[in-house]
Amino acid sequence: MAIETTLPMAGAPSNLNRVGLAKNDYRGNPTTLCQGCGHNSISNQIITALYEMDIVPEDVLKFSGIGCSSKSPTYFLNRTFGFNSLHGRMPSIATGALFALPNMRGIAVSGDGDTASIGMGQFKHIMRRNVNLVYIIENNGVYGLTKGQFSATAEKGLQLKKQGENPYMPVDICMEALISNASFVARSFAGNPKQVKELLKAALSHKGIAILDIISPCVTFNDQATAYHSYAWGKEHEQPLHEISYIPPRNEIMLEREMEAGEIREVALHDGSHVILKNLEHGYDPTNKEEALRISNEAAQNNWLLTGLIYVNPEKPTLTETYNLLDTVPLNRLTEADLRPDKAMLEKVNSLMF
Amino acid sequence: MQKKVNDFSITVGTKNGSGSSTANTTILRAIFKMGIPVSGKNLFPSNIQGLPTWYTIRVNKDGFIARQESSDIVIAINPDSFAKDLASVSAGGAFFYADDIKLDIHRTDIAVYPLPIKSLVRADTSIPSDFRDLVGNMIYVGALAEMIGIDLEKIYAALSFHFKGKQKPIDMNFNMVKAGADYAKNNLEKKDPFYLEPMDATKDLIMTDGNTAAAIGSIFGGMQFAAWYPITPASSLAEAVIDYLPMLRKREDGKKTYAVVQAEDELAALGMAIGAGWAGLRAMTSSSGPGISLMTEFAGLAYYAEVPVVVWDIQRIGPSTGLPTRTSQADLTFVYHIGHGDTNSVILLPGTLDECFEFGWKSFDIAERLQTPVFVLSDLDIGMNQWMSKPFQYPDVPMDRGKVLWEKDLEEIKGNWGRYLDKDGDGIPYRTIPGNKHPASAYFTRGTGHDEYARYTEDSAAYMRNMERLKKKFETAKQFMPKPVLRETKGAQLGIIAFGSTENAILEAQHLLEKENGIKSDFLRLRAIPFTEETTKFIERHDQIMVVEQNRDGQLHKILLMEYPQHAMKFKSVAYHDGLPAAAKWVREGILEKYSANSKKKVEVKKKAKVVKPNSKLRKEAAKKKKSTAKKKK
Repeated sequence: MAIETTLPMAGAPSNLNRVGLAKNDYRGNPTTLCQGCGHNSISNQIITALYEMDIVPEDVLKFSGIGCSSKSPTYFLNRTFGFNSLHGRMPSIATGALFALPNMRGIAVSGDGDTASIGMGQFKHIMRRNVNLVYIIENNGVYGLTKGQFSATAEKGLQLKKQGENPYMPVDICMEALISNASFVARSFAGNPKQVKELLKAALSHKGIAILDIISPCVTFNDQATAYHSYAWGKEHEQPLHEISYIPPRNEIMLEREMEAGEIREVALHDGSHVILKNLEHGYDPTNKEEALRISNEAAQNNWLLTGLIYVNPEKPTLTETYNLLDTVPLNRLTEADLRPDKAMLEKVNSLMF
Repeated sequence: MQKKVNDFSITVGTKNGSGSSTANTTILRAIFKMGIPVSGKNLFPSNIQGLPTWYTIRVNKDGFIARQESSDIVIAINPDSFAKDLASVSAGGAFFYADDIKLDIHRTDIAVYPLPIKSLVRADTSIPSDFRDLVGNMIYVGALAEMIGIDLEKIYAALSFHFKGKQKPIDMNFNMVKAGADYAKNNLEKKDPFYLEPMDATKDLIMTDGNTAAAIGSIFGGMQFAAWYPITPASSLAEAVIDYLPMLRKREDGKKTYAVVQAEDELAALGMAIGAGWAGLRAMTSSSGPGISLMTEFAGLAYYAEVPVVVWDIQRIGPSTGLPTRTSQADLTFVYHIGHGDTNSVILLPGTLDECFEFGWKSFDIAERLQTPVFVLSDLDIGMNQWMSKPFQYPDVPMDRGKVLWEKDLEEIKGNWGRYLDKDGDGIPYRTIPGNKHPASAYFTRGTGHDEYARYTEDSAAYMRNMERLKKKFETAKQFMPKPVLRETKGAQLGIIAFGSTENAILEAQHLLEKENGIKSDFLRLRAIPFTEETTKFIERHDQIMVVEQNRDGQLHKILLMEYPQHAMKFKSVAYHDGLPAAAKWVREGILEKYSANSKKKVEVKKKAKVVKPNSKLRKEAAKKKKSTAKKKK
């Protein structure tokens, strides 16, 4: 709660960022998720990304739906307004709220059930509207809070303890995002925190909707070595598109294209394990929609976990830009003088009636 | 033949989608501009083109303008409903019909006027062939005008208004009106008793529909965000918002201080409005029963998270197919407890057009003051039909933004506040709004699982404290509710309680009950729930109260039983649900059926017994009729 936070002291040590805040100013409450849950690692990367980008916590808004993932906004950014809404309905809450503050960036955390099952409709429409929101899906293919049911992203043939075998093809969140004209589509893997952080930074600097599908294994209900959303599978099958690094002063996304086609690179993870990355193609261009669709389809057919920035269109106007909203003052600071037409206007209205 | 002046009803039977609504509203508006009290009701099917549709007009010099179930004048243009339309003319009435309909006219107790609509339209070669059917409707307007005395100048004024001054369609239509009038003048002999004579009873009034009034009222309430999903009969509210915003909230720099979003469904519509309300905008949505059903979960969340938002429910008969274009007052109990768990909704109940305007702006004040969703229950009749109304009155109080803490407020209290603390003892907490830069301003909004400082908790005691505070807040809400409208008759013992669009029918029923049955009554029209002191007093001083409403189960009756169990025996339910705008006939018959003459002191019973006799006869008749209609329906 806000009253418990302390302002940074003047002249504090150099662990302050350029807006004078310590990393602690970005933290939330202690997590209540399972030990080893991929979601916690993502929360930590959100804290680090905002801290490193010198974003003031009061300048962003947090949103979530319902589920394990949707609990996580409690565990970062205590100094940020947040709304833990309904199952599958976070996009509409975020859409409405961001009209009040057209210059603010929203950070939303959802899960695969929250987004691809109950919330598929709102997920598709928020992309269509290009709301100014970083939309993170912590994707584990399973319902955790209700103790282990299939979600819509669970792969066909997956065995779960009480559910038996999943007979349906999974929803590919990035493919859905691409065909819904999302202006930023990326995938990462919770076991690759560096990439998560870099993609978060890129997403935060993007204007409009940024879909970030992060495979985040459920250590309790879906972590069999052969399952699509497990650590072991993810580490073996992850196919990063490219290294990506973020350059703060110019808010630009720089893509390294040095990796050769088909190059295989071994990467050490924070927990000491290694993951083998394979670059798909030389000079992959994430602004090419057709190519993004093609490689996504190819990856799905080959059981590759394609990670990295799959698609970006920085030119697409955001929802509030489309509405030509007042941009000098946030809408929620307007007063009666701005909002209530005067008496003469009412007389005019009455005269317009028959 | 005795002339009947300014006191009759007209029904036009046409085909849906044939453009007859322009003709019918032209008749309505012209009569209104002649200074005569008038109402018009569109009785239409859920259909774009082809099905039978009716328009009823009630003219009454004394101001009784509720829909009348009988028709003195019938205009039959649709072959499909011709037989039914012919049968519906009251004895001694008049029947106009398109003479290309070659069906038998067997009745001799009415005046019959054939109209050669097709040939008259063809005679005007300036009319393009695909416009013939459309403007052909104006022939019956002209013929009717000639036969009952509608001023053609007023018809011209109505057409100018309708076509927003565009000369070409005005002329094309008015020429047809003239052709119809000329034909009637030269070929028809007046055989009916119905006449219009100019009056002075409407000159200070305007005429529009409730959805337009609600939309404009909302804009004068500083509406900043509206999200909606198309549904009859609510769509025209959002469309009027879209229509009037650019004019009413125009800025020099061209920038917008508002947004209207057509959502993907009603869930998203209310979700967006709640998001906007949470973030400090004056936010609303508008829908009807089926859409309100979809909003249920979100409505409950807004109640518990204490987010201000305004929801207009233009009631109709619902769900799925059936009678979606018919009026209803059947969302009351549903909305009163919308959301799961313990909830109480603040409900505003407009009964006139100027109240639609007033509650348009007032609902935002109440929602922000109470930090809760406010439901405004209108209906199809008031929302979509044209009504006479007092001109809209400018808000008489400044905007009430409620208990909001901005940066300087937090500075003063050194950031020491709790989102759900009952600091003032009225159950209403203080809130901060996103965008507040004070480091102590932020909180994480959730449903029920929070303590006074908005911290997550599943603690039973904290939950119960919060629930009791919400209950206290609903008590506090009473002082912000619009007071009921009370109409008292000297010496009346019977009380009537109703809400919304039934007012005209009840006023007329009251008049008939007194004149023909010797029953005097007081009428309290509720304008909000929770009930206020005025309602309590009204209930206390009447020992017999009729609760009149348009639904099957007597929903307001049930809520009154719940809220006033100590008076339960006083309430009698007069509920009717035919889907058509309220008529005095069923109100009166329903009251007579339930009325008990001997509920007061002995002396009065004796005195009254004489008066009651014709009563009991009427009651029996009413009961008989009810039975027979019930049979017919089977």
